[in-house]
Amino acid sequence: MTDTVTTTDSGPKRLTTARLRGLFRERPIIPLIGLLAILVVVSELIRPGIVSLNWAGVMVRAAVPLAILAGCQTMTMLTGGIDLSVGAVASMSGFVVATLVGGPGLATGILVALAVAAIVGLISGIGVGIFRVHPLIMTLGMSLVVLGFANVWQIRMVQTGSGVPDQFRDLGAGIFLGFVPRSLLLFVPLAILIILGLNRTGYGRLLYAIGDNPIASRLSGARSWQVLIVLYVISAVLAGVAGFLYSGLTNVASVTLADTALLPSVAAAVIGGTSIMGGRGGYGGTMVGALILTVISSILSSLGYPEAVRQILFGALIIFVAAAYTRVTEP
Amino acid sequence: MSTTVDTADQSTARPIGALGSMIRRHGWTLGLVGILLVLLVVTRLIQPTYGAAGVQGLAVSVLPLAFAAVAQAIAVIARGIDLSVGSMMALTSVISAALMEERSEGFAVLVVIGVLLLGCVLGAVNGSLIVLTRVPDIVVTLAMLFVWAGCALLVLGTPGGGSAEWLRTLTGGSIVSAWIPRAALLLLVIVAAIWIPIRRSRLGLSLYAIGSDPLAAYRSGVSVTRTKIVAYTLTGLFSAFAGLTLTATTGIGTPVPGPYTLLSVAAVVLGGVSLAGGRGGVFGPIVAVVILSLLRTDMTFLNVNTNLATVAQGLILVGVVMVGSLLQLRKREP
Repeated sequence: MTDTVTTTDSGPKRLTTARLRGLFRERPIIPLIGLLAILVVVSELIRPGIVSLNWAGVMVRAAVPLAILAGCQTMTMLTGGIDLSVGAVASMSGFVVATLVGGPGLATGILVALAVAAIVGLISGIGVGIFRVHPLIMTLGMSLVVLGFANVWQIRMVQTGSGVPDQFRDLGAGIFLGFVPRSLLLFVPLAILIILGLNRTGYGRLLYAIGDNPIASRLSGARSWQVLIVLYVISAVLAGVAGFLYSGLTNVASVTLADTALLPSVAAAVIGGTSIMGGRGGYGGTMVGALILTVISSILSSLGYPEAVRQILFGALIIFVAAAYTRVTEP
Repeated sequence: MSTTVDTADQSTARPIGALGSMIRRHGWTLGLVGILLVLLVVTRLIQPTYGAAGVQGLAVSVLPLAFAAVAQAIAVIARGIDLSVGSMMALTSVISAALMEERSEGFAVLVVIGVLLLGCVLGAVNGSLIVLTRVPDIVVTLAMLFVWAGCALLVLGTPGGGSAEWLRTLTGGSIVSAWIPRAALLLLVIVAAIWIPIRRSRLGLSLYAIGSDPLAAYRSGVSVTRTKIVAYTLTGLFSAFAGLTLTATTGIGTPVPGPYTLLSVAAVVLGGVSLAGGRGGVFGPIVAVVILSLLRTDMTFLNVNTNLATVAQGLILVGVVMVGSLLQLRKREP
């Protein structure tokens, strides 16, 4: 809605650098959507006829779990932190459910997985919030702990065997109404919750406040340790949910399944305009960032480039977008 | 933000603070060495056969990670962080392995020099990008992680290549006595020869200055941008050393980056380098790497599941850092 207003405003005037700068600063999501649109056009030019509702559905389906993990990064980055344990937690939770679904059942599996994720988040939160350990180190250490325990669990469960539950396959890879990914049923409410939580609740404001100026927020009475503990618990539980979708999407239960999504999740949040130094950003941009990354990797693979070239272009693009973003938002 | 306040606090209590922090800085490394000695004794008690051969194996196995930790330490001291260390290692390792395969021993000398120069170039590119784009270090090096790893895959699609014989003898075996592994001596000589002169020079002072307070450094005439590029160039150089030793100790080049980047960050923090920059040295992280590796060996001797060993590694990392920051918190309170 706001998009239309801004575009009619800028319609008659020339799109000068200053205006672009203002637009970027006020609403980073608009230029990002522009970039996404360009990428969609590029996809169509490379392979005429590929862009369709089905294609869009496939893209969105692949982007949803990444967007959830990037949400963890967005929220922790707002406070000036980062969560490097999301990959390990997501893999662990998908794996735990896959091993428990045969015996104790799906509901128990989900509960156990999310409870373990919450405990991991609680420990990270205590480390970051009370002991003031750098979030990078705290979450890195926790990811080693989670990976180790997941491996132990794996060895113990070898004899019982495991399989991704059908419900997860439906949720992660299923499609309804012809092209709409079923994972949106989970993701849309989740995204609304995150956006409302960040913009409309006191807790969301506290996240921005702590990241923007920790001392000022402490002096104005914010108990940052409580905020941080809750934050890392939320982040870990979200990562656990993303793990369900990953295992459903790929139909694989492995203790390292989502590890490769860790760095892209940070990249998606960065491209989406969330500052890694804290205090600036939002979830809207992050979602578009996750979509952009997904479309780019689809373009690169449809061009038939080898994995090597894809990685190089991927990295170059992250720097390019981040640099453009820094350039226009800084005076 | 909080760091500015820290420095303000320190400047009011300068006479005691400077001395205290000096003792503490060396105290941390000395403490680590003490832990290492205790661990060696414990290892001997657990496994009476652990002797010179064990120490040699240990030295060879820690060599790449130790160089990576030094590389990371320099970036962190200058208030940066380099997430592309592992990828730069992979790139330099595959290039050296691809060039040295079935070539003369003399040609390998040229390869080593070339690869070390390449490491400097890679680091300089990282540093220049950080300075030019003004994007936070962690984001730029995260992106470069993909770029360098992609380049490594372009050079060698699958693990392969070879290593010169003299490189392998340089890193393996022992010298003078069976208890002094060649690998350890190599590591110490290279790091000391490069780092100590730098540390004593104006450049070293600038590195620590931009690490502890970039603005103050700038105002006292230090070129923050140039120093930062130099810091990343050194990080690239030591990553190249790490990549070369990876080739030398394994005999091949592997294009997929190992877990070295994150482990190097962990080792740097355990080694007493503050992630806020400006504090610590490169020898603490080296000792930390040896300790972590020896702990793993001990747990293998004790028949601890290797996965529980990973858990222990994570817990030790978190625990030590927690103790460290508790000490710091307690110091600040009165």
